Amino acid sequence: MSNIPGDLKYTKEHEWARVEGGTVTVGITDHAQTTLGDVVYVELPKVGDTVTKDAPFGTVESVKAVSELFAPISGKVLEVNGELEASPEDVNSDPYGDGWLIKIAPSDASQVNGLLDAAAYAKLLENA
Amino acid sequence: MTRRTPLNEAHRALGARMVDFAGWDMPVQYTSLIAEHEAVRTAVGLFDVSHMGEIEFSGPGALETVNALISNDLTRITDGQAVYAGLLNEQGGFVDDVVAYRFSPERILICVNASNREKDFAWMKAHARGVTPVDRSEDFAQIAVQGPKAAGLVQRLTKTDLSKIGTYRFAEGEVAGVRAILSRTGYTGEDGFELYCAPGDAVALWNALLAEGQADGVKPCGLGARDSLRTEMKYALYGNDIDDAHTALEAGLGWIVKLDKPAFIGKEALVAQKAAGVKRKLVGFELTGPGIPRHGYAIHKDGRPVGEVTSGTAAPSLAKKAIGIGYVPAELAAEGSTFDVDIRGRAVPAVVVKTPFYKKP
Repeated sequence: MSNIPGDLKYTKEHEWARVEGGTVTVGITDHAQTTLGDVVYVELPKVGDTVTKDAPFGTVESVKAVSELFAPISGKVLEVNGELEASPEDVNSDPYGDGWLIKIAPSDASQVNGLLDAAAYAKLLENA
Repeated sequence: MTRRTPLNEAHRALGARMVDFAGWDMPVQYTSLIAEHEAVRTAVGLFDVSHMGEIEFSGPGALETVNALISNDLTRITDGQAVYAGLLNEQGGFVDDVVAYRFSPERILICVNASNREKDFAWMKAHARGVTPVDRSEDFAQIAVQGPKAAGLVQRLTKTDLSKIGTYRFAEGEVAGVRAILSRTGYTGEDGFELYCAPGDAVALWNALLAEGQADGVKPCGLGARDSLRTEMKYALYGNDIDDAHTALEAGLGWIVKLDKPAFIGKEALVAQKAAGVKRKLVGFELTGPGIPRHGYAIHKDGRPVGEVTSGTAAPSLAKKAIGIGYVPAELAAEGSTFDVDIRGRAVPAVVVKTPFYKKP
């Protein structure tokens, strides 16, 4: 069973978003990292880049496969998890913690309300 | 309809993640691709390869019939030996890559890729002059036992003296009480055996290998590890690195093409290509910039597309170095040549290296 923390928001593409003040931290879910397998490379935008809701902002690669990452909301990239360059496996071992990907300053904070809550995301996985 | 091997339930019971592969429901990984890969390099791994096909030629003239179909030469080996070979089209491209087992001049068994089984059988029937092939795929399950501890594990389960079976040799015997062909072959770069048995015996054999192999650190391994292991060896995968449009010489498989043989399909085209010079070659390369090369990515030189990546991965046994295989013009094929791989619009530099990428410590 996948770990789905109750305090996060989710996308149908298996990203999570954590809202703290004016910052939204983004990562991929436990389900996503399990499905992808051993993560060996993560390609992320640069600080200051703009990301657009539902558009790709990077890729995460396992030995076997490449997956695009989709932005849960639009905004400017405030911070990028540089640790993942050296230890991309953090995405597998701690997807909601050390495996975070980017922090965004949202251009429209209300977009967060359109994301799935934990219950809705759990339902999505059940029906997948 | 998706096909299932006799081990399908066993894979599910072990928690494998299943995927569709060439119409078969197969395990891609059980726990972690990297852990399975490492098990094969350092201990022993089990692969269900029952989806592979087996086509038999038996009766007087079997050897001659097969020898006119395959690129390698069955007259150069003895009974109890196998050869890796190409089934080539008239242009010297691959219909498939196969392993041909010589039981006797009157019995040859050919192991073919799952994805090509029907195509190969139809092609063999159409081109065989002499003995008529029989598709025996339904009569065999196959388990590959691969890794430095593979021979020790299999030896504890059989009375057959495995020290007498050298590489690319085989014998018939019993393993864990199950009738099997014990073939010292595989596609991982490690020592090991491929065990062919009756489908009804596959679960018993699989379970016996798993139980006896506990002491060796045996792991069931999926298609994911199989792909990363063979890529580290630069072993060609049909449909990725070799196909009907690339010749055996371009693929660097000249060693399985015996141009001095009297005749085989594709020979004339290859003789002509050899005389004219091979214009593009399959090379192994490493990325010197960030990213991972993947099948289908373009290879660029000075901003212009000149070739294509056919396989690539982050190599688990090479500290996850990004390695790839691809076709490039002959002038870029030498070790040390450089070019770029177009990774989703980004030009990432790469250098041609000596292969296999992985060398045993």
